[in-house]
Amino acid sequence: MKRIEAVNDFVIKFANVNGTGSASANNMFAKSLFRMGLPISPKNIFPSNIQGLPTWYEVRVNEKGYLGRRGGVDMMVCMNPQSMAKDIQEVEPGGYFLYDSSKPLDLRLMRSDIHFIGVPLKDLCQREYSDARQQQLFRNIIYVGALSALLDIEFDVLTGLVSDQFRGKEKLITPNVRALEIGYHYAAEHYQCPIGIRVERRDAVGDQILIDGNTAASLGAIYGGATVAAWYPITPSTSVVDGFDKYCKRLRIDPGSGNKNYAIVQAEDELAAIGMVIGASWNGARAFTATSGPGISLMSEFLGLAYFAEIPTVLIDVQRAGPSTGMPTRTQQSDVLACAYASHGDTKHVLLFPATPRECFEMTAEAFDLAETLQTPVIMLSDLDLGMNDTMSPPLVWDDKREYQRGKVFNEQQLEAMSERFGRYLDIDDDGIPYRTYPGTHPNKGAFFTRGTSRDEYAVYTEDGDAYEKNMQRLLKKWDTAKNLVPTPELIEAAKGGAKVGVIHFGTSRNATLEAVDSLAAQGIAVDTLRVRGFPFHKSVDAFIEQHDTVFVVDQNRDAQMRTLLVNECLVSPRDLISILNYNGTPISARKIYEEITMVLRGDNVRPLHKKKIAKESV
Amino acid sequence: MTYIRPAFRHPELPRNDLGFTRKDYEGAISTLCAGCGHDSISAAIVQACFELSIAPHKVAKLSGIGCSSKTPTYFLGNSHGFNSVHGRMPSVATGANLANRDLIYVGVSGDGDTASIGMGQFTHVVRRNLNMMYVVENNGCYGLTKGQDSATADIGSASKKGEPNPFEPIDLASIALQLGATFVARSFSGDRDQLVPLIKAAISHRGFAFIDVISPCVTFNNNPKSTKGYEHVRDHLAATGTVDYVPFKHEISTEYEQGQSKEVTLHDGSVVHLHKADPELNLNSRRSALRLIKDYKAKDQILTGLLFMDEDSQDLHEILGTSKTPLRDLGAAELCPGQKVLDKLNESLR
Repeated sequence: MKRIEAVNDFVIKFANVNGTGSASANNMFAKSLFRMGLPISPKNIFPSNIQGLPTWYEVRVNEKGYLGRRGGVDMMVCMNPQSMAKDIQEVEPGGYFLYDSSKPLDLRLMRSDIHFIGVPLKDLCQREYSDARQQQLFRNIIYVGALSALLDIEFDVLTGLVSDQFRGKEKLITPNVRALEIGYHYAAEHYQCPIGIRVERRDAVGDQILIDGNTAASLGAIYGGATVAAWYPITPSTSVVDGFDKYCKRLRIDPGSGNKNYAIVQAEDELAAIGMVIGASWNGARAFTATSGPGISLMSEFLGLAYFAEIPTVLIDVQRAGPSTGMPTRTQQSDVLACAYASHGDTKHVLLFPATPRECFEMTAEAFDLAETLQTPVIMLSDLDLGMNDTMSPPLVWDDKREYQRGKVFNEQQLEAMSERFGRYLDIDDDGIPYRTYPGTHPNKGAFFTRGTSRDEYAVYTEDGDAYEKNMQRLLKKWDTAKNLVPTPELIEAAKGGAKVGVIHFGTSRNATLEAVDSLAAQGIAVDTLRVRGFPFHKSVDAFIEQHDTVFVVDQNRDAQMRTLLVNECLVSPRDLISILNYNGTPISARKIYEEITMVLRGDNVRPLHKKKIAKESV
Repeated sequence: MTYIRPAFRHPELPRNDLGFTRKDYEGAISTLCAGCGHDSISAAIVQACFELSIAPHKVAKLSGIGCSSKTPTYFLGNSHGFNSVHGRMPSVATGANLANRDLIYVGVSGDGDTASIGMGQFTHVVRRNLNMMYVVENNGCYGLTKGQDSATADIGSASKKGEPNPFEPIDLASIALQLGATFVARSFSGDRDQLVPLIKAAISHRGFAFIDVISPCVTFNNNPKSTKGYEHVRDHLAATGTVDYVPFKHEISTEYEQGQSKEVTLHDGSVVHLHKADPELNLNSRRSALRLIKDYKAKDQILTGLLFMDEDSQDLHEILGTSKTPLRDLGAAELCPGQKVLDKLNESLR
């Protein structure tokens, strides 16, 4: 029988029951490889449920550093009888299936092309522990111990992790190490270890860290100077504010008074959350909220007000599968259009698209600068995949000399020195961005009325059509200014240059896209990639589309939302952009991107391309 | 009609302790209907702020959408104002207050704004005891959309062209009491003598101060069949008593006989004298206030005046334990932990 043989390059998947304590064991497994210097990308695939339903944890190990989903499973660790039939089917031919052999396997489920590895986890546990909860928890640790023998994981690394995890609770270290040993010895005695797939220590991680995007974003809010967070709990964004709370308690308590240099309010709903952010920002604080798709819908009216009244507003949207409740614990990039044009009337919002935890950190901090500079909502669009999964990332870096960009705000002295009348919506600098004042600044100068109704340049209510049009034109000018302020796209050109094929992607599609492009290169197909990092689109996006004969757009949603946005905003013909879509709730895989591109390039698919050249003027 | 107010000031206009004249507390000329109760409330706010010697720019005035919510334009022209979205003023006020605890927050809302679309936000701003004065200009109807009944319209009451309202009204003062508001009053826009001291006390109160002001809509809800018209309200008014507000800096003198008056000292040292007409009223008892509101309603009367006050209340900032310095005034030195902390964090994530 074929046996998958691989060193430091495989996919292992754990099938567990939600709520059984498997998360920390699985995490220990992943982190042990990371500490052995191996790039990993663990992903939680979990149900919208607290307890009882199937949950999976997939870890890709790849020495070359490919971190996207590859597709396929080389080894399955099966701990859930409920999903066993499906889990067995998922294993690649020649792969491995680790199961609890305390009970014999149903022969009808057996496959002759994969290797079954039985470990009597339940029996081992019952022999060792009397308490039922312990039997449950240590079963997970025992399979990690077994894996360390089967895959050749350094045992010292695992015991080191146990020590780190239970620092301060030393009593728990010994029984955990004991459980690891039980598993290790059982596997070592009963199987030829290591099996075909195994790990070897490398130095492929460097100084990188393992952190999830939401935690990184919460740190970005701290470093970016946010003092007010208002939110309403929603998966998968909840941990952004949880993280902010946790780190604020550590880093933002005034040492003298014990008072908090921040305020967090769990609002009654999303409408109130964004209202609080807008009120706080209007009054000069840096404030933010975090939400997901359904929250964006509820916040939309207020977002329109913030756009029109020109109030800095920072929003972190961790996207999930919609619409409505959809698949609330699965990932998608399906709020792109909802965020870009949130609200009624003519609105457009600045968007940021992070692809790594480090970008979550940097872009969150940057969002406050952008929002205050532009006096407009700024929405960072992360997703569940990035937000809730531990992801390898370059370390977080902050320039201590960096100053917050607070935007155009007249202070008391400036107002005092003014002889002319203060005009809240005057375009003094010809960049579309007016000057504001904070409430309470000056006794008789600089006060203005903020409202969603139309007004003149002095913030005086008017329904005059010309005044409305002029104002809307100025907002467009501000939009042009924004083009030069949002993060620029990341262009990666094929090694040889002059590639005719281009792929546009954004956010978490990055890892899978770059890997697919490498695979294509190995087949002699040169592909350039452009990762969009901000909206409004930088002019290089137009140029990229113009320079390539065939342009693919990777979108993790059904309706090709990024492609629609490109067509809308870049004067591109829809037929010039070919979609690669993935919307089953799991992150897009490199295999899928590779297959779709090769299919189109082979001409298997569809229509010929009639690419029109885009006039330079449209840039 | 002109919308430009002359800049001329009579040099001998009376000035308050800060040197401001009453005109410094006025706003733009009202565009509401002549005789609108809301304009009387604006005038009462102007008078109260003038007499309290509040620096006008230290007030932030916020509102939602509707006739009532237009009124912040018509008072305190040197204050920043915010006309937010329908019913959602409480959240904007909460955020604004969190950013800068040093300003005075005046929220103006209507019965449509508060009792319907904004009911959720209203209840939660009460719960959080946000330090603000929240005035509902209550006329029982939707004026801007031409007179539909609102949720505070009394059962059987009818607007200009409407059928008698078949539904029970929402009594906002009772709801505020039940939710734990620390200052609750009711008044009538036509009773300036009662309203002005109530506004002063509400502004001085630390925590959420709610005033429900019956404010007739002269255009759509001021007819014999309406229970919120001038005629009906004047005929059915009853007061808990008279209210005197004495600022801290003034010497406090008792002008009324003991036993008939109740003195309440506010956190800033100013004093509210309540001269009780109804001996049943216990200013520190929610139950007493709720019962009296019901009793008077059963007698077809509207009980006005100060109904409840908790002078020891803790506002949202105290509950949260936030910095005494306004959060908006904190700089990078207080807010940004710097690269050294980040180095340690990075290390813990390997």
